[in-house]
Amino acid sequence: MTNTTSKPQPVSQPESDRYWAGLKNEEIWLQRSTTTGEFQFYPRNFSISEPENGSEGIEWVKVSGQAELFTYAIVHAAPHMGFVGEVPYITALVRLQEGVIIPTNIVGVDPEPEALCIGMLLKPVYEHSDVSQTLLKFTPA
Amino acid sequence: MPNKQKLQNLSGQAHIVGVAESNKLGKVPEKSPLVHHSEAAINALDDAGLQFADVDALFTAGWSTLDVAEYLGIHPRYTDSTSVGGSSFVIHVAHALAAIAAGYCEVALITHGQSGRSDRAPIPRNPGTPMAQYEAPYGIIGPPISYAMAARRYMHEYGEDRTRQAMAEIAVSTRKWANMNPKAYFYDKPATFDDYHNSKWVAWPFHLLDCCLVTDAGAAIVITTPERARDAKNGSVAILGAGEGHDHSGISQMPNLTKAFGRHTGPQALEMAGITHSDLDLAMIYDSFTYTVLVSLENLGFCAPGEGPDLVASQRAAPGGDFPVNTNGGGLSYTHPGMYGIFTVVEAVRQLRGQAGQRQLDNCDLAVAHGTGGLLSSTGTVVLGVQ
Repeated sequence: MTNTTSKPQPVSQPESDRYWAGLKNEEIWLQRSTTTGEFQFYPRNFSISEPENGSEGIEWVKVSGQAELFTYAIVHAAPHMGFVGEVPYITALVRLQEGVIIPTNIVGVDPEPEALCIGMLLKPVYEHSDVSQTLLKFTPA
Repeated sequence: MPNKQKLQNLSGQAHIVGVAESNKLGKVPEKSPLVHHSEAAINALDDAGLQFADVDALFTAGWSTLDVAEYLGIHPRYTDSTSVGGSSFVIHVAHALAAIAAGYCEVALITHGQSGRSDRAPIPRNPGTPMAQYEAPYGIIGPPISYAMAARRYMHEYGEDRTRQAMAEIAVSTRKWANMNPKAYFYDKPATFDDYHNSKWVAWPFHLLDCCLVTDAGAAIVITTPERARDAKNGSVAILGAGEGHDHSGISQMPNLTKAFGRHTGPQALEMAGITHSDLDLAMIYDSFTYTVLVSLENLGFCAPGEGPDLVASQRAAPGGDFPVNTNGGGLSYTHPGMYGIFTVVEAVRQLRGQAGQRQLDNCDLAVAHGTGGLLSSTGTVVLGVQ
C-alpha cells in the first residue's frame, strides 16, 4: 500500500458494509447499543459498551452529521505518495453530536491554524469516487 | 489487575548484564536489519562476558523471533515476539524478568535491528486493520500526524504558548546531550531555540525539530539471574519495577488524547520498585516527538497534567540541569530507526554503571526507562537500579 502512488482506499468489511453503503447515499449510519444507548465508531459485530449481548445488542441509526472540531493537524510533509499533491491538508478528529469521535479531513478552509478553532461547528461533505468508497469529510457549518 | 504483592516479590529477581548498539548507526545502507540484530547481540553478549551458547531466551519485535533466532543460530527455550510498537523492547525487559524468575530461562537476549533510513525490508502494513479502513484514506498515516493531533489537543487544554515553549525546551536540551554522545547522529551539530522555531513544518503544530530522526540502527540487551549477574564483566543493574499495557491502536480511538497509558505503567513500576519519583536520578523517555516527552512525564506522574512545561522549563532537562532527561540525545538527536524503545534501556544501564563517558551523571543509582509505541498506543516502563 505504501509503495503505490495512489491513495489508500477503505476496504469495507462485513461489519462495516452498511456504514460505507450509507455514505454512498450521503447518509451517516452509526451503531448504537440497544441497552445503554451509547453510540460507537467504528462499526463492530457487537456493542463495546454491552458486549455480552453480541450482535443482538446493536442497532443502526441514521444521524445528522452535525459535529464539532475536536483536534487537528495541518500536514505539510506527505506521509504517503498518494498525498504528495494534497499538501498542505487538514487531518482532524471531529466529535459528532452523538458523542463519537471520527477521523476525517476538514475542507473548504485555508490550511492555516488561524482558520481553525477547536470546538468550531462542522457539517458533513461527501467526497464520492467512481472506483472506491465515499469519504466523509467536514466543512465549517 | 496486577497483584502488587507478587510484583514486589519479583522486584530485582533479574539483572541486566549487557547492553550495546550495532557497530554503526545513522545512514547504513550497506547493512540489513538482521545484521544490526546480530552485531548488537554480539556486542551485548561481549559486554556481559557471555556467549551465544549461554542464551536460552530470545525477545524481539518488528521481526519474529523465528527469523532472528534462525539467523543468529540459537535455539531458545523461551521465545517472545511481542510487537506493540517502539515500546516493545522495554516490555521485553519486564517479560524477561518474569520468565527468569519463573525458571523458564537463565540468559535472555533482547535484540532490535531496523533500517528505517535506508528502508531495507520495511515492515508491511495490514490493510485489514480498522486504522487502514478509517484513518489512512484521509491521509492520517504514520506517527507525525497522529501525535500532532494529540499535541494540538494538549495545547487546547493547557495553553498553546506554554506547550510550544516546552516542546522547544525539549528539542534544545536533547540536542545538548547528543552533542556529548559521539554515537549521536547530531553529535557535531548544535541546535538553538531559533533553529527550532525556524525549522519547517512537518505536520502543524510539529516543526521538523519536534520530530525524531529516521536512522539505521540496532541494539541488544542481555538479562540473567541475580546469581549469574555477580560474574558480569562490566557490572549489572537490577530490574526493580515494570509496567506495560495499551488502550488503542489508531489515534482516533485513543480514550483521552492527553493521557497515554503511562498513567498506569509509571505508578505500577515505581510502586513495584518501592520508590517515589524524587528517588529517580534519570528519566529515559522515548522521544518520538518533543511532545511525547512532555506528555509522558505527566502520565508517569512526575507532575500533574498540564504541569509538564514547568518540569522542562529553563533547560532543567539539559546537561547541568536538575532534571536530566534522555542523556543519550534521544530519538530526536542520537538515533531512531523506527522502534527506538530499546535505546532508553541501553542508556539507563550505561548511566547506572557509570559508563556514559562525557555525559555521565554525577550520582545515578535509580533510573526509569519509558517506551511509547504505536500512536501513543502502548507503553512499557521499567525502573532500573544499582544494587
